[in-house]
Amino acid sequence: MNQTIQQVLIQKLLAMADDELILAHRNSEWIGHGPILEEDIALANIAQDELGHANIWYGLVESFTGVEPDEMVFFRDTADFLNVQLVELSRGDWAFTMLRQYLFDAYELLLLDKLQHSSYRPLAEACAKIRNEEIYHLRHTSNWIKRLGLGTEESNQRTQAALDELWPYAQQLFVLLPGESVLVEEKIVPDLAALHEDWLERVRPFLTAANLTIPTNQTPPTSRNEHTPHLTNLLSDMQKVARLNREAVW
Amino acid sequence: MDTSTITTEQIWQALAQVKDPEIPVVSVVEMGIVRDVTINGDAVRVTMTPTFSGCPALDVMRRDIETAVRQLGIKNVTVVTVLHPPWSTDWISDEAREKLRQFGLAPPQKHGGDLISVAFLDVAECPRCGSKNTTIKNSFGPTLCRMIYYCHDCQDAFEQFKPL
Repeated sequence: MNQTIQQVLIQKLLAMADDELILAHRNSEWIGHGPILEEDIALANIAQDELGHANIWYGLVESFTGVEPDEMVFFRDTADFLNVQLVELSRGDWAFTMLRQYLFDAYELLLLDKLQHSSYRPLAEACAKIRNEEIYHLRHTSNWIKRLGLGTEESNQRTQAALDELWPYAQQLFVLLPGESVLVEEKIVPDLAALHEDWLERVRPFLTAANLTIPTNQTPPTSRNEHTPHLTNLLSDMQKVARLNREAVW
Repeated sequence: MDTSTITTEQIWQALAQVKDPEIPVVSVVEMGIVRDVTINGDAVRVTMTPTFSGCPALDVMRRDIETAVRQLGIKNVTVVTVLHPPWSTDWISDEAREKLRQFGLAPPQKHGGDLISVAFLDVAECPRCGSKNTTIKNSFGPTLCRMIYYCHDCQDAFEQFKPL
């Protein structure tokens, strides 16, 4: 693998890892606050799965850079993170949380399906494993979206409000990283434009059937280097203990 | 023990004593977590694979596997984790399935590689009374590998090992 391709691949893996890490952290904020005990447990499970996936992606980055996952997670600053803004927004209400997770799960399952055929073997192998776990996430969140969208007037309104807010952010999942097209040419990652079409084909009719209206505004944030103040707040919370004493043994 | 005469069978036997930390009635061998054991001179290499990739018991299992091999007098032990081929609940031995049931955990349905075909059917047999009159309550449970069902005959909840 030549140097240019490797550099872009590292950025791509980091972006995938950061998406999962930050989303997992946001979901973990519900622990002890879920609407019912079973949902508290379910969301904790989903967060733990996503953390496990992030750990795999960080591990692949480490195989190139030698930088350990903990170092990447606890000692990078806001500007170094490559997650989409979708995952860093404050946790919101239950409708917002479920809808964000649904939009992400639908994207992730499609992405993993394609990445199973990546020409970069470690990535293909990891995706074959993770994909099966993701099936359970999508099932869970799609059940919730149906329940909320078709539930009471209030649950529908809250889910619609979440969709209005989240829809443009979700489109950022399909924005190419600088130089990403070389990875597509090398068949390391799938073409995001085609993936976007697949995603829209699945998500749009599903949301419509749940009595939700697809927003017309779909201009996404453009760069994964740009973040909202929400990420800084999240990181100061997540990294606080690790930064108190760098030498501490866990 | 003279480590120069140790065989892979002896190592497999030692590993068969290493329990799954979250389900202490089955071993890491019965669960299909240990994939391979090789001896090269005085070096032993054990290949393992995670069940669920975020499983917090993974590090404990890795350590327990290493300890079990060291207890045979072997100093040079490497435990490698691989993700391929992806672990499947189909790899859990029939004997272990029965142990899971006796432990109170309904064994996962076999899916032969087509997970979606069983993941959406939600069929689980109550491990206490054998009833199939059961309903899924939550596809997530107290650990990543369990889901929660309700048995209408026992009128009580039970857990199933999640098919993967």
